[in-house]
Amino acid sequence: MHKKVTFRGFALPVALLLPQLVVTAIFFLWPAGQALYQSVLRQDAFGLRTTYVGLANFERLFSDPLYLNSFQVTVVFSLAVTFLGLAIALLLATMADRVIKGASGYKTLLIMPYAVAPAVAGVLWWFLFNPSIGLFAHTLRALGIDWNHLLNGDQALILVVIAAVWKQISYNFLFFLAGLQAIPRSLVEAAAIDGAGPMKRFWTIVFPLLSPTAFFLLVVNVTYAFFDTFQIIHATTSGGPGQSTTILVYKVYSDGFVGLDLGSSAAQSVVLMAIVIVLTFVQFRYIERRVQY
Amino acid sequence: MVENRPFLTVLRHVVLLAGVAIVLFPVWVAFVASTHPQPTLLSGVAPLWPGDRLVENYSQLLSAGMAQAGGTPVGLMLFNSFVMALLIATGKIAVSLISAFAIVYFRFPFRMIAFWIIFLTLMLPVEVRILPTFEVVADLGMLNSYAGLTIPLIASATATFLFRQFYLTVPDQLAEAARMDGAGPMRFFFDILVPLSRTNIAAIFVIMFLFGWNQYLWPLLVTTDESFTTIVMGIYRMVNVSDEQPQWHLVMATATLALLPPVAVVLVMQRLFVKGLVETEK
Repeated sequence: MHKKVTFRGFALPVALLLPQLVVTAIFFLWPAGQALYQSVLRQDAFGLRTTYVGLANFERLFSDPLYLNSFQVTVVFSLAVTFLGLAIALLLATMADRVIKGASGYKTLLIMPYAVAPAVAGVLWWFLFNPSIGLFAHTLRALGIDWNHLLNGDQALILVVIAAVWKQISYNFLFFLAGLQAIPRSLVEAAAIDGAGPMKRFWTIVFPLLSPTAFFLLVVNVTYAFFDTFQIIHATTSGGPGQSTTILVYKVYSDGFVGLDLGSSAAQSVVLMAIVIVLTFVQFRYIERRVQY
Repeated sequence: MVENRPFLTVLRHVVLLAGVAIVLFPVWVAFVASTHPQPTLLSGVAPLWPGDRLVENYSQLLSAGMAQAGGTPVGLMLFNSFVMALLIATGKIAVSLISAFAIVYFRFPFRMIAFWIIFLTLMLPVEVRILPTFEVVADLGMLNSYAGLTIPLIASATATFLFRQFYLTVPDQLAEAARMDGAGPMRFFFDILVPLSRTNIAAIFVIMFLFGWNQYLWPLLVTTDESFTTIVMGIYRMVNVSDEQPQWHLVMATATLALLPPVAVVLVMQRLFVKGLVETEK
C-alpha cells in the first residue's frame, strides 16, 4: 500500500493536490453541504423567507404518495435493468468465451453500445417504438398488442428498461468475458472427463467461480440504473405518462428545476446521497477483499 | 475446446449473431431513417433500406441545423462536443496524474484526508446534487462558457485511483536511483513517471473522452445560449417539439452523428479501451 522511497517536502505535494482539491471543494463538497443545509429549511411561497423546519421535509417526503410511488418505480426499474442486463450479457459472454472463429469480431460489435450516450440510446428505441411510425409498434399491433407508450405507463416503463439494458450489455459483457477467461481451463476439462455435460459444468464450476465478477457487476448495475439512466428518461418519456417512469433521480431534478420546491428537492438529494454512500461502501468493502485474497 | 459438439458450436454462433443483431438494429434503423425525406417516414412504417437523401439531409443539418431546434448548425454542436470532451479528458488526466503523484510519493500530514476527500467525489454523482451545483456555477458567472461546461466535471476519483494503483506498481529502485542522481521530485515525475504511464494515460483518455462526449444533463443546464449546445443535448431539443411530430429524418441524422465519434474512438482504440475499463473498475 505504501511506497518505501518517498520525497520530502510539504509545499510541493500540497501544490500538486491543490487543483483537484479546489475543484472537489467548490463543485462537490460545497453543493453537497448546501443540499444537506437546505434539506432542513423551508421557503415560503414567494421565496422571501426561509425557516428552519428540522426533519419536516423528510417527514413530508416519506408521507408523500408521489414520492413513495417514485420509490416503487425505481425499485421495479432497477431490478428489471440489472437482472436483464446481467442475464443477457452472461449468456453472450459464455457463448463468446468458447467461440473460436470470429471471436474478436463479435466482441468488437458487442461493445459498440457502450460508446453511445444513454440519451441517444433512448431516442433510438423511442423511434423504433413510436406508436405511429415505429417498426416495433407496428409489429406489436399486428400481433394484437396495442402499443402506445405515450398513454400506457407500463409500456413506457418497458421502453426505458429496454433502452437502459441495451446500453449496459456491452459493459457487463466485457467484465463477464474477462472473468470467464480467467477461469483455468484445466478445471473445466477435469469435469468434462468426469462426464459432466456443458450445463452441469457451467452451474457447478464456472458460475461459482464467476460470482465475484457477478457481484461487482450487480453493484455497478444498480448504481447505473439509479443514476445514469436519468438521460434516457429525460430525453424520452420525461417521467411520464403520469408518474410511471419518474425514478428518484428524475424526481430530484423535476421537483428542483421544474417545481422549484427547494426543500423537498434537497431532502431527496440527501436520501439519494445516502443510497450512493451505501452502494459505494458495499463496493469498496468488496474491492478490498478481492485485493487481499 | 473441451469436447467437440457441432450442435453447441452452431448454437453459440446463433446466440452471438442474435446478440449482435439486437445491438446493431437500432443504429441501422436510425441511419436508414436519416437517408429518407420526411414524408416517407410519416406515411407509414419506418423503412429498412437506405433512401436517396443522405447527402441532402446531412448537409442541411450540418450547415443550417433544424428550424424547430433554434436552427443551431449541427456542425457547431459537433465542434462544441469535441471541445468539451477534449477539455474534460485532458483536464482530468492532468489533475489526476499530479494528485496521484502527491499521494503516492510524498509523506505529509493530511495525506490520508486528501485521499478521502477525493474518494468522496465518487459518491456524489452530478444528478444527485444538481441544484446546488448549478447555483455555485451560476454564482461564479460560469454559465454559458466552456469553463462552466468542463471545470466542474474535471475532478475525477476514478482516474486518480487508476494512476495511484499504477504508481504503486512502479519499482522503488527507479525513485531511489533518480534521487541518488540528484533528481528532484518534479524531474522524476516528468522524466520517468509520465513516460512510464503512457499506456494508462491513453486508456483513461478513451474512457474520459466518452464520458465528456456523452454528458447530457450538465450542458443542458449550464448553457442557455445556443452557440454552446452540444450534440447529445441538441437531440433533446429536436425530439421535444411541442405541437407537431419531430422531424424524424433530421433527428435520426443527428443521432447518427452524435454516436459516430465515440463509437469510432472505441472501435479504433478497442484494446486500450478494454484495458482501461477493466482495470479502472478493479
